[in-house]
Amino acid sequence: MLNVTQLRKSFGRTEVLRGIDLRVAKGETTIVIGPSGSGKSTLLNCLNLLEIPDSGELELDGQRMKFGDGGKKRTRELIGYRQKTGMVFQSHQLFPHRTALENVIEGLIVVKRWNRSDARRRGEELLAKVGLREFADRYPAQLSGGQQQRVGIARALAMDPAVLLFDEPTSALDPELVGEVLRVMKELAREGMTLIVATHEMNFAREVADRVIFMEKGLIADEGTAAHIFGASRNERVRQFLSRFDAAAELPSVPVRVQVQATL
Amino acid sequence: MLKYTIPLSLVSFALALIFALLIALAGLSPRPYLRLPSRFYVWIVRGTPILVQLFIIFYGLPNVGIVLPAFPTVVIALTVAEAAYCSEIMRSTIKSLPQGQWKAGYSLGMSPFQVLRRVILPQAARISIPPLGNQFIGLFKTSSLAALVTLPDLFGVAKQIAASTFEPMLLYIIAAGYYLLICSALTVGQHRLEKKFGNYSL
Repeated sequence: MLNVTQLRKSFGRTEVLRGIDLRVAKGETTIVIGPSGSGKSTLLNCLNLLEIPDSGELELDGQRMKFGDGGKKRTRELIGYRQKTGMVFQSHQLFPHRTALENVIEGLIVVKRWNRSDARRRGEELLAKVGLREFADRYPAQLSGGQQQRVGIARALAMDPAVLLFDEPTSALDPELVGEVLRVMKELAREGMTLIVATHEMNFAREVADRVIFMEKGLIADEGTAAHIFGASRNERVRQFLSRFDAAAELPSVPVRVQVQATL
Repeated sequence: MLKYTIPLSLVSFALALIFALLIALAGLSPRPYLRLPSRFYVWIVRGTPILVQLFIIFYGLPNVGIVLPAFPTVVIALTVAEAAYCSEIMRSTIKSLPQGQWKAGYSLGMSPFQVLRRVILPQAARISIPPLGNQFIGLFKTSSLAALVTLPDLFGVAKQIAASTFEPMLLYIIAAGYYLLICSALTVGQHRLEKKFGNYSL
């Protein structure tokens, strides 16, 4: 359903994506991992055409876009493509001047031209789905980070996209708020929504990924099932990258602190 | 007396806001044929005293056959100057909003114009209320230059009466009192507006 062929993108002289090939089937959950600066975020932004690739080809749900052939893309074409993708940002990017519900239905009203009452009904359904029915009339500033991110998910879902992109959706959250966001994402994966998620949450990746992609220096260095990447990857860099997460998880943080206090 | 000062300020500011928005948007455009004229306009207008601009229109233009009555002259001069200043305020507030807000709008499939109208301008408007309010108060006082091109505005009337009664101290203090009174009312109005549009940020 989503085909990416030899996608390239540079910022100035820095080549951020150096030829990405990717096939995603409908209903699949693809997790993108890799060190900071490996190009995860740029890849997602290119898939949504928030960044225009320098060259390569994208095909989503029957719409094919070729880049780097000299012709400038028409705004109308970009808009049509973007409507088939939903994006959840690391720093939510909710519209601060609109309530949670208004955020969710903004696209329905402005882009899809729904009438207000239908949009409201749909918006309330979506807020209920992410567990925020009671928060419809709150402004983003009145919500916790986890709630803001869930409103962001509902806003992206409202457009009924063919694929939902998550750009490190929990990286900016306090640890205790991460769970509520991941729960909503798991639910979406279970319902058969097509998801592409850049994340550092390895347990989440293990649990929901149909496929894991390891990116490094603008290339897909390794890919496979979660079992393959987390268990049997022969790629040295993958093992190195993942070992840092295991080490972090095994740190006996609490007892050490108690000990330090005792010796004071 | 107030018969000129108040309409002068209101009409000039309203017109200035409209032009300022267009100049600001042109100034933010990636297209050089929009951006460069906008920057040029701001450069010229901001770099020359408004009193000189006013005299060019009122005393200079007749030399090339364009004679305008005093009231429109002052409106034009104030609008031209104020549009440049306000456009800089608008340009900077629009620029100060996070890029992510544009991205969020685009990600929903909005057109650039829709993002501007629904996402960017409402937020920019709120941020620019204090500096624009400030600007309006400044404009209100600057309108006293009208007296120098023969318009009997608040200051102009004070000048006339002072000249005929030989009481300049008294008359100019009365005029200053009027200006202060109205500026105080404007300040209160600005705070009300700030409150009204500030309700979404805690």
